[in-house]
Formats: sequence, structure tokens, C-alpha cells
Amino acid sequence: MTQTLNLTINGTARAIALDDPRATLLDVLRERIGLTGTKKGCDRGQCGACTVLIDGRRMNACLALALSHDGASITTVEGLAQGCDLHPVQAAFIRHDGFQCGYCTPGQIMSAIALIAEGEAGLDPERVREGMSGNLCRCAAYAGITEAVLDATRTMKGNAA
Amino acid sequence: MNLFEYTRADTLEAAVGADGAILAGGTNLLDLMKIGVATPSRLVDITRLPLRGIKDHDGGLRIGAMVSNADLARDPRILARFPAVAEALLSGASPQLRNAASTGGNVMQATRCSYFQDPLSPCNRRVAGSGCSAIGGVTRNHAVLGWSDACIATHPSDLCVALAAFDAVVEIAGPTGTRSVPMAEFHPLPDAVGVPPALAAGEVITDVTLPDPGGMARHARYVKLRERTSYAFAIVSAAAGVHVADGRIVAARLALGGVAARPWRAHAAEAALIGQPRPWTPLPMPPRWPCRVPRRPATMPPRSCWHSASRCVR
Repeated sequence: MTQTLNLTINGTARAIALDDPRATLLDVLRERIGLTGTKKGCDRGQCGACTVLIDGRRMNACLALALSHDGASITTVEGLAQGCDLHPVQAAFIRHDGFQCGYCTPGQIMSAIALIAEGEAGLDPERVREGMSGNLCRCAAYAGITEAVLDATRTMKGNAA
Repeated sequence: MNLFEYTRADTLEAAVGADGAILAGGTNLLDLMKIGVATPSRLVDITRLPLRGIKDHDGGLRIGAMVSNADLARDPRILARFPAVAEALLSGASPQLRNAASTGGNVMQATRCSYFQDPLSPCNRRVAGSGCSAIGGVTRNHAVLGWSDACIATHPSDLCVALAAFDAVVEIAGPTGTRSVPMAEFHPLPDAVGVPPALAAGEVITDVTLPDPGGMARHARYVKLRERTSYAFAIVSAAAGVHVADGRIVAARLALGGVAARPWRAHAAEAALIGQPRPWTPLPMPPRWPCRVPRRPATMPPRSCWHSASRCVR
């Protein structure tokens, strides 16, 4: 039975006809919408490469059954930059070499944006590392990632003031 | 993953008695379905049910089954009255998973026994009477208490250990009415052939209630030993609380995690503590520290253990 899935993805309302209820949000984003920025790593909620914001909160899209999130608002890495202006977290990842191969980077960036919005890590590197622990980087760019998150936290605090 | 029928329950009545697997956050169920361990023919989605509230309840709390792990860990009443519950939550999984995972789902999560998770391995927990591959296998994360020759798996939850310590009760709705089961007895221990299900067909967890912690609210902790600093299941963990009056312990709670198929209440140890003089000098609490993520103390043990051993946090 075909079921209609309504999502607002990066600000655009989409109605998606799903003939298979097994689709995860990750599958829908990549295979149906063509937004391949969100990556499939482990597909089991362990690596964080598929991290997106669902109604503003970071979650693993690979473990989100798409139909269960009918009506939700989704933000992916494609929804961050304003034209040529990168999001401050994206710019910080480039500035601090927060990646090597780049496969985990969209998930890292989405997770970092949520971490900063949660406002619980502040500028404490240990808490940033703990708050980013759901995103693995097999190139081990962790030092750069931590610096990028701290730098972006300072930048966004400055922008908000 | 097998094909299934998806239905969304709009009322609790529609969910109770429904023939199918209950879908809440999905972080455990979808994973089990992807690896072929869970093969439900129907999913009953309960995410739209009004089970997301945390209500005051006779000095304690009534926690809706759909309250996310992240919301529960941040609730000011949990932080004030049950800091060990917040610590247990924050010591488990990742921020992404805690945003999705629910209270009821945490209680119902499956064991992480690697033989249970491999459909090709005989497992009495999956198919009673098929055998236990863990016995004689790699068992470093397996039970040391309450096991049988049929199953030596442990329950992986951190939250449930803290809930069991502080006398939480699981509230269940079923086709024939409601029932309440203490958290410490909710998960059945293995018998001679397998492991009975915790819930009967058609039953749904609606809430978890925590009674008034009394004088234990101020002296409660969750400690967890694991193989890396973060994002790992417990090798062993403990939730503990004491009420100290006039320099002596007048009430004590102790539950152990990672050692059995259920959170293990150590009643004898609790009894032995009653009447004992307060045996320690408490460390000063870090100033203005919201109970979010445990912090490395100023005198710093190696990073491999600070997270587990650090102090709370209020």
C-alpha cells in the first residue's frame, strides 16, 4: 500500500509517495529526494555519519523510520549555506582541517550545530569531545574537529551578541 | 529487513492489544530488524500517543513512556531529586540516540549479547531450546548473577539500573487491564530453557513511576566502568544512594548493572549499610555545575577513567 510522507526538508515542503514502509529517513533523503550530502556509514546508529536535525534535534537518520516522522521538519547539510556563505560551523571545519576524507563530515557538522544550540558544552574541550562522541571519524581528525567546534562556538556567540 | 505493515496508533486503546511490534524511538527495534533478529509482520507506531509528559507524583515522578532519554536527563526535577538517573542516562549511547530513544524503549531494549545479535548462532533467548552459543564462547560482557544454563546474557541499560535502585515501577496497559511491576523485577531471569517475555502479547508500557527519594536525593550517584571514555556499554555499573542523618546511614539503595539479565538490587549490601557511620568525607561539589556531562576533576585521573569516576554535578 502506498503511503504519503509529508516532510519539510531544508525549508521546502515535500510530499513523498512511499510504496515500501521499510524506508528510513536516510533512504528517503538520499534515494528519493537526491540529497546525498547525508552519508550512510554503518546504517546502525553507531557512526553518526547520517546525523540530521529532526525538528531541530540531532538524530541518526538511519534509525529513523521515515513514516514515523511524517510531518517533521528536517535539516540536512545541504540546508546550511546561504548561497556562497558557509554556515559558521562549515567555515570552522575548513579553517581547522576538521576532516581528511570528508565522509563523516556532514554528520559531524550537523552534530556540532546541534551541540552548540544545546548550549551545554560551552568552550570546554572535554565536554565538546563528549558531546561529539556519537560521530566517529576513521581518519581520526578529532583534534581539528574539536578546535572547529570550539571556534564556531565562539563565532556564533559573537554573532548573536 | 523483512517487509512489514506499518500502522500508527492514534489512541492508547488502539495500541493495546494490537498485533505487532511496538515502534517508539526505533533506535533498538530498527537495528534488530536490519540484522534479522527482529522480524515483526507489523509495526505499531506509538510516537503520537500522549505519553511524553513528566508529572509530579506524590513527591516522586511519573515519566511517560515516550519521554526521550535526552529530555529526561535534562528535566530539572530529575536533576534535583534523582541525579543518578540523569547520570545514568548521560553515560549511555550518544546525543543523537538519546534524542530519539524513549523511556519505554530503553526498558524494552534487547541484550547486546553478540550471539543473540547473530541470527545464525543458536540462542535460547531468540528460540527457546535452540541452545546458548555464549556458554563456552566469548563471555567477557556476560552475566555473573542470575544466569542459567540456558542464557547468560545481560541487560544493557544504564537507565534501568538507576531506576531499579530508586524503586521505580513500570506501569503497563494490556488487553485485560493495567498492572504495575517493580523495575528490579520487570526483566525475567532465564529459566532452564530460555527467557520468558517481560510483556504479554498486546501489552504496552505507558509510564515509569519513581517514588519520593526522601533524603537520598542529595547523595546519589551512577558510576560506570567501560572500555572507552564514552559511547560504550557498561562492563559493570552501579547506582547508589544513601540517606545520612546525624552522621549515620539511615537508608541505602544499591543496584548493579552489566551483571545480570536485569538490574540487580543488592539488598544485603543495602541492609549492611544501615546504621553505619558516614564513612567518608564528601568531596566539594563543583560550583554551579548543571548535571549535564560529568566533568574531569581538577586533580585528574587518566582520561580513560575520569568519566566513569567523576563526581556529580548539581
